[in-house]
Amino acid sequence: MDLTIFLASVLAASPPVLFAVLGETITEKAGVINLSLDGTILLSAMAGFAVALHTGSVIPGILAAMLVGALVAGTIALASLTLRLPQVATGFVLTLLTRDLAYVLGNPYVRVPGPQVPHTPIPILSEWPVVGKIFFDQDPLVYLSLVAVAVAWVFMFKTRPGLMLQGLGEQPAAAYARGADVIRMRYLYTLLGGALVGLGGAAFSLLVAPGWARQKFEGIGWIALAIVIFGNWHPIRAALGAYFFVALQTVATNLQSAMPEVPTQVFPTLPFPLMILTLLLVTVSGTDWMNRLLGRLPPGIRRVLSRTIQMLQTVPPAGLGKVPKRE
Amino acid sequence: MLEKVDRRTQDWLLRLAGVAVALFLSALVLLALGVSPLEAAVLLFTGALGTPGDLAAVLTAWVPVLLCSAGLLLTYSAGLWNIGIEGQIVMGAVFATGMLRLVQDLLPPPLALVLGALAGIVGGMLWAVLAGLLRLYGNVSEIFGGLGLNFVAGSLVVYLVTGPWSRPGTGTTSGTIPFPPSLWLPAFPGFAVSPIEIALALVALVLVGIALRGTYFGLRLKAIGKNLRSAYLLGVPVNRYLLAAFALCGALAGLAGWILVVGASARHNLFPLISSGYGFLAILVVLLANLNAVWVLPISFFFAAISMGSLELVYEKQLDSAVGSAIQGLLVLSVLFTQGLQRHFLEKRAGREKARFPAEEEAET
Repeated sequence: MDLTIFLASVLAASPPVLFAVLGETITEKAGVINLSLDGTILLSAMAGFAVALHTGSVIPGILAAMLVGALVAGTIALASLTLRLPQVATGFVLTLLTRDLAYVLGNPYVRVPGPQVPHTPIPILSEWPVVGKIFFDQDPLVYLSLVAVAVAWVFMFKTRPGLMLQGLGEQPAAAYARGADVIRMRYLYTLLGGALVGLGGAAFSLLVAPGWARQKFEGIGWIALAIVIFGNWHPIRAALGAYFFVALQTVATNLQSAMPEVPTQVFPTLPFPLMILTLLLVTVSGTDWMNRLLGRLPPGIRRVLSRTIQMLQTVPPAGLGKVPKRE
Repeated sequence: MLEKVDRRTQDWLLRLAGVAVALFLSALVLLALGVSPLEAAVLLFTGALGTPGDLAAVLTAWVPVLLCSAGLLLTYSAGLWNIGIEGQIVMGAVFATGMLRLVQDLLPPPLALVLGALAGIVGGMLWAVLAGLLRLYGNVSEIFGGLGLNFVAGSLVVYLVTGPWSRPGTGTTSGTIPFPPSLWLPAFPGFAVSPIEIALALVALVLVGIALRGTYFGLRLKAIGKNLRSAYLLGVPVNRYLLAAFALCGALAGLAGWILVVGASARHNLFPLISSGYGFLAILVVLLANLNAVWVLPISFFFAAISMGSLELVYEKQLDSAVGSAIQGLLVLSVLFTQGLQRHFLEKRAGREKARFPAEEEAET
């Protein structure tokens, strides 16, 4: 396949995963785990599609999806930050609940044709030979996702509130001592992250795979959570992870049509063993058996390998999942 | 003393309030779909307990949930989120089916069934230990490891039933050739549940309950769950205990997988999605029971009744089949929230009193 077309199609398919990964990165950066992504994406995709269908316009649909994402995230924030319930427990229950609600409430909308985000090439820029075809011959949500990655990076690493955001996840007690209202700020970033995840859901049902059906988008939320780890809670590395994943998906889809003898259910499952191996790769450094294994290799290869593994290592925010005791 | 009784009544009232909130929210969902909540409640109830056949279906669903809940009590005590339990059920079913296919023509049925059960246990255990090894030696959270392995197990089944184990001539996903009735667990006369299934599930729960309550093993497991680091510093072989918890939970899930193949009311073959979400349901049960083995019994029965009863509702009102599990999710979430609220206000009150009587508080601790 032509590389330009391939890259353009990867970018076109990326917004759902990208928004979800970006939203969760922000949430976790603030120290909160929103484990419910897999269900939140489904419920917001369904809600976004239903609202867009009833209003006849995608904008209210997108806003509704973001609202749903923020509401689910708000539930987790309330449970964790105010009521001090374990984040993983509420997150997991909400994963199942939002998925089920999406299926139950979305039943009337299954396979109903509806509106979708229109293709919007940017006039002059899209005429550029290669770059234009890849970046400027896309949909509004694709442009928005590219801008969002850049904004997230600038915000996190180049602004004062961004530094504070990092403090929330790394050293909540210190952030508190510096005068930050840790709980309120964590609420804010959890809601914001949830809204972005909801936007990812809308990007599914209104753009990448228009419409609503059962089991259409299941599993992607877990992949997004894993990409956040792979991305080391850094928006750009996380975005690269998301593009890499979407690229593999695109390749798999093409392979599937090229190899009809392989059962169709096998390809959608491939990401999951890959997810495990990737997580293993980014967390394995420093374990005894890894050191022993590296020790057996010839020095040249060992140096390259251990440096690569070292580079890939990820470290979660120190305060992730922990809620400091009320003073 | 009096205060203690009061506290206990309060706990119960709050839990009931949580259930009431869940019912109210479920009613809202049903109203949104244009279904009368009252009518739905009647359908749910008659669907679950209307006829002996319905009750048999509920018990058939209850057994795997109970087995998985028993296993999850162990992992949950140790602070592990064994989300891979669905895949462990599936691998139990795969191994059991494989063994039965291998020996069904060679051995007398009872022996074949026992070998099938052992194979199922091994299958579930293998999958759980894999998630455990990833967690312990690869630093991969058991949530992601388990979840990924669930999907792998699922597609392994699809591969098997459309490939090597497909029915001759067809490559559909409807499952393998059903086993003959000689390889079904014997049912009560006129009641399609096997006493063996029920007995196995109950024995498993009792054993786990005893292990957690009255043995050194259970005590150490709970110590790890409370604080892994201190347990390690106190000389508990943490990794061995965590792996044991994974292995035992996987074994029970694998046994559930075997029952889903050979049980009296099972489909008697291997098919995709054979675990039917029972593993995740058991996670909800254990969360609600809050590590109390006794409470697992009624809660799992209640949840099995909702699962089976809702099928009637789904059928009569043409709803999506997730109605039952949506109600279960609302129940768990509401009860968790009421518990959180209760603690929140107790702590707040304690904080206020502490401010007023600082000396008294100190004396208490």
